[in-house]
Amino acid sequence: MIGDFPPAALLILGALLVPFFKGNARNWYVIILPALAFYLISQLQPGSSWQIHFFGFDLTFLRVDKLSKVFGYIFTLNAFAAFIYSFYLKDSTQHMAALFYIGSALGVVFAGDMVSLYFFWEVMAVASTFLILARKTEKAQGSAMRYILVHIFGGLCLLAGLVIYINQTGSVDFNAMTDRNLGTYLILIGILVNAAAPPMHAWLPDSYPEATVTGGVILSAYTTKTAVYTLIRGFPGWEILIVIGCCMTIYGIIYALLENDMRRILAYSIINQVGFMVTGVGIGTMMSLNGAAAHAFCHIIYKALLWMSAGSVLYMTGKSKCTDLGGLYKTMPWTLIFGTIGALAISSVPATSGFTSKSLIIDGAIHEHLFWVWLILEIASAGVFLHAGIKFPYFVFFAKDKGLRPGETNKSMLIAMGFLAFLCIFLGVYPKPLYDILPYEVHYQAYTINHVVAQLQLLSLSALVFFLFLKLLKRTETISIDTDWFYRKGGRLFYYLMDKSLNGINRFANRVLAEGLAGFVGRISRRGPEIFTLGVLIPLWSVSGSKGEKLQGKIETARAALQTGTAPVGIGAALATVFLVIIFLLT
Amino acid sequence: MKQKKEFDYFDRPETIKKLWILLYVVCVLTIVPDFFTDRHAYFGVDGYFGFFALLGFISCAVLILFSKLIALVLKTKEDYYDR
Repeated sequence: MIGDFPPAALLILGALLVPFFKGNARNWYVIILPALAFYLISQLQPGSSWQIHFFGFDLTFLRVDKLSKVFGYIFTLNAFAAFIYSFYLKDSTQHMAALFYIGSALGVVFAGDMVSLYFFWEVMAVASTFLILARKTEKAQGSAMRYILVHIFGGLCLLAGLVIYINQTGSVDFNAMTDRNLGTYLILIGILVNAAAPPMHAWLPDSYPEATVTGGVILSAYTTKTAVYTLIRGFPGWEILIVIGCCMTIYGIIYALLENDMRRILAYSIINQVGFMVTGVGIGTMMSLNGAAAHAFCHIIYKALLWMSAGSVLYMTGKSKCTDLGGLYKTMPWTLIFGTIGALAISSVPATSGFTSKSLIIDGAIHEHLFWVWLILEIASAGVFLHAGIKFPYFVFFAKDKGLRPGETNKSMLIAMGFLAFLCIFLGVYPKPLYDILPYEVHYQAYTINHVVAQLQLLSLSALVFFLFLKLLKRTETISIDTDWFYRKGGRLFYYLMDKSLNGINRFANRVLAEGLAGFVGRISRRGPEIFTLGVLIPLWSVSGSKGEKLQGKIETARAALQTGTAPVGIGAALATVFLVIIFLLT
Repeated sequence: MKQKKEFDYFDRPETIKKLWILLYVVCVLTIVPDFFTDRHAYFGVDGYFGFFALLGFISCAVLILFSKLIALVLKTKEDYYDR
């Protein structure tokens, strides 16, 4: 019964066999695996299977419905293209990490309960870290460390929320959450960390651009989009998501405009695009949820395409900063053409996939009469063209010729890019196959004269502004401080403050208590008897006529006797009397 | 022997001038249909003549200027975190 086999298991078990293949056989093998998984998903029947009773929980490893299937399709389709792209790669570690990562993303999407969802969620975080580490640079190691720490934080929020939720409801089933309490909010925070929602987004532009050429392509698709899936499934109609989503769309644009590194531009544009999807989930109508799923589908394709073209440039030139790049249209025309198709698709130019998917979300806002949401999404749409649609191709392939003559990238990369570029245009011209697999039934016509004209006006004027303001957009060799400052520099500030404050208190306490007070008490307890006794005896001896050396001699004898505890009985008795008097007076 | 001349069409000043003209023409062309079609307005403002052109222009200009402004605070040297 092959139709019932979990696609996640196919990729994860398949990953374990990667080391047994050598050379090109290995590359063919990793291309065939996601293709097989795609076929497997197409054969899945709606319903739940692979239910296992585990520690008192009913786990469901395979919950199939239209929502999980649409994400399953795009995850495997993108993996197929990404492995074609990485055909040149001779690194089985990266292939294994990628398969584990994609497999566990499928695990999340098909998980019917929250325990197995959490398990795959964490496997994703760990496996994806290896795609960053594989770059083998010091910078990559640092950002991989920060990446995993942030995801552990997110995972712990999710776990804490799940524990509370499961305790309250007594069920591990993962469906739309209706109660709004500590448990569900913690789950939401855990998911939003993966969705790269500000202020918990900085891990994305920090780490993805440090990944390998192919790692960046693969990473760009799965972590944020599993989060979008989880939001669609668990949090449809949560109004706070509208606010968060709108902030993300603008936030991504502003930072992408400031950015110099081409892959960091693309990383910030992921935040912008996921913002559209999160807004769609927040609106929560059938149309906008369809829009979120459709946009995730198309976004994965054109974003992978953009990362591929940026990856080709990095692969051929070894450079990724706009200040080092320019004029590449002369030697990399195909990379330029495919990259530009991706750039047009992300900008929702009519006849590309972005146009047919994003319109669902924006029209979803219109149907709910959400004026401000609609306005922000339109502004953000114009801004996308600015930062991703024009800025990326312009500064990399045109602008000032920096004398780089790398030549066209290798064939497998071009084939993969050509395949995705075809999909971008195909889904833009003929969106019906996509609309048919969306979670809810679609009655929508993206191509009306008004809609196309409005979009063309928005975009062409946006392009005009870009070139009019070109001087202001000139690239500089700078980075922009983002919220990762708090754990990168903030950590040092924290250390400094703690060093000065706590160690200061420590030093003060040492001086006053350990050295001062303890010494004082020590001296008192050692010399106390002598001081008290002599304090009484010296006046007595003086009165009885002892003077000068004689008195001195008596004092010395008494002191020695007291310190060694061999005082004559008389003196001992006198001392005891003195103490009794003191005690009596004090009490 | 001289090498084959490189394809440098987009570096030539006359090309750039042509592209500027093309850009202006496209911008005007997109506004022309507003004379003939009566756009259904959902919120009122979106029915106005050339609304989306104006929105595109203003929002992009504001986004760029705002990012320039915020850059004064946020931009720093590339080795900032290595120091």
